[in-house]
Amino acid sequence: MQVFGLYNYWVVIILMMIGLYVVIASGNLIKKIVGLNIFQTSVFILYISIGKLDGGTAPILVEGVTSYSNPLPHVLILTAIVVGVATTALGLALAVRIHGAYGSIEEDEIQEQDNAS
Amino acid sequence: MLSLLTATALAVARLDQLFAAVMLFGIYSLLSAALFVVMDAVDVAFTEAAVGAGIAIILMLGALALTSHKQHPVPRSRHWMALSVVVITGAALIYGTLDMPLYADPNAPAHLHVVPRYLQQSMQEIGIPNVVTSVLASYRGYDTLGETVVIFTAAVGVIGRLGIVPEGKVGPKTGGMEHHLILRITAKLMLPVILVFALYVQFHGDFGPGGGFQAGVIFASAFILYGLVFGMESVTTVAPPVVVRSLAAIGVLIYAGVGVVSLLMGSNFLDYNLLGHEPTHGQHLGIFLVEFGVGVTVAASMISLFYAYASYQREK
Repeated sequence: MQVFGLYNYWVVIILMMIGLYVVIASGNLIKKIVGLNIFQTSVFILYISIGKLDGGTAPILVEGVTSYSNPLPHVLILTAIVVGVATTALGLALAVRIHGAYGSIEEDEIQEQDNAS
Repeated sequence: MLSLLTATALAVARLDQLFAAVMLFGIYSLLSAALFVVMDAVDVAFTEAAVGAGIAIILMLGALALTSHKQHPVPRSRHWMALSVVVITGAALIYGTLDMPLYADPNAPAHLHVVPRYLQQSMQEIGIPNVVTSVLASYRGYDTLGETVVIFTAAVGVIGRLGIVPEGKVGPKTGGMEHHLILRITAKLMLPVILVFALYVQFHGDFGPGGGFQAGVIFASAFILYGLVFGMESVTTVAPPVVVRSLAAIGVLIYAGVGVVSLLMGSNFLDYNLLGHEPTHGQHLGIFLVEFGVGVTVAASMISLFYAYASYQREK
């Protein structure tokens, strides 16, 4: 039980590390943004896992139900998702502009051009 | 479910084909939305399904179309370096989880402070059944105002980077798939349903899962579908970019305006108790207006993000 009780958090950490790996290893800017998004979703799952309650239901008050999941993480994450897509769009826009200026979205090529000039 | 998520994420990490990686990321988002339902977070699942599996993918594909489809292979040395960093960090984090309360433990610290008040008293204080909505729009109204402003700012930033859609200059060649019969008919069938559903989600958010954020995103996705199938020209006739841009600002103003009105009526900023004859009535009205403001901003920001990507001319 002890082991199973932490399983959720471990999967979250694995997902987080996959995201981090993509951000570090990949030289492509768009792939990096996808990695950041994976990382971000894992954080969402972490928060929602914390909010889950044994025997609880969705936090919409109904007569006869006494146990609800924690609504606070839901609020935080719900807004974070929409903010996340907006910031992702901004990141992608930067990548598009970088492609416009350098003709590439690979980190090493951009670095080369910077060094050459 | 969790294993499926991990497998998808791994596949995304390994793929060099960016197009496939982005599509898989959509599946990953949808899976995580299903996971949120399992964990009783219906409002969150709603948002993730609409945003992650819908709009985020469209924007990523838009960015891909403007750049390149394939990434260069990762050099070996870099691969091992990244892997070692990740393994060490992961091990440290897993060591950290050993002190965490068990999953779904009712006595976890997160459930003991503030939240009991939200669950037990929000019915008397706010008077609406969906606790997520009352926390979002009333107890934590400041946070939500801030987040709405962030979305608005991000939209402004993207428009600033990619430029404004020139009036009446949207070429006939931009997008448009009218000649696909099935796509056209399906889109026509789906559009009214999506729009009505968005409105339902917007105005029923007090009682069931839903609210301004979800409704805004769903509403925007209807316009994006229209734009994708019938071309930019038709969608900009229905929703001119100027109007959409000003709506994004108007939504924020509605939200902040409600706060100012409550200030003028002699209570705190964003405290809706005095807006009606009795506190719960005031709360209802306040939350309704605030959610409306959020919905308008989110929808308008998402649509203008789409416009910005769709009409950006690649520099030669």
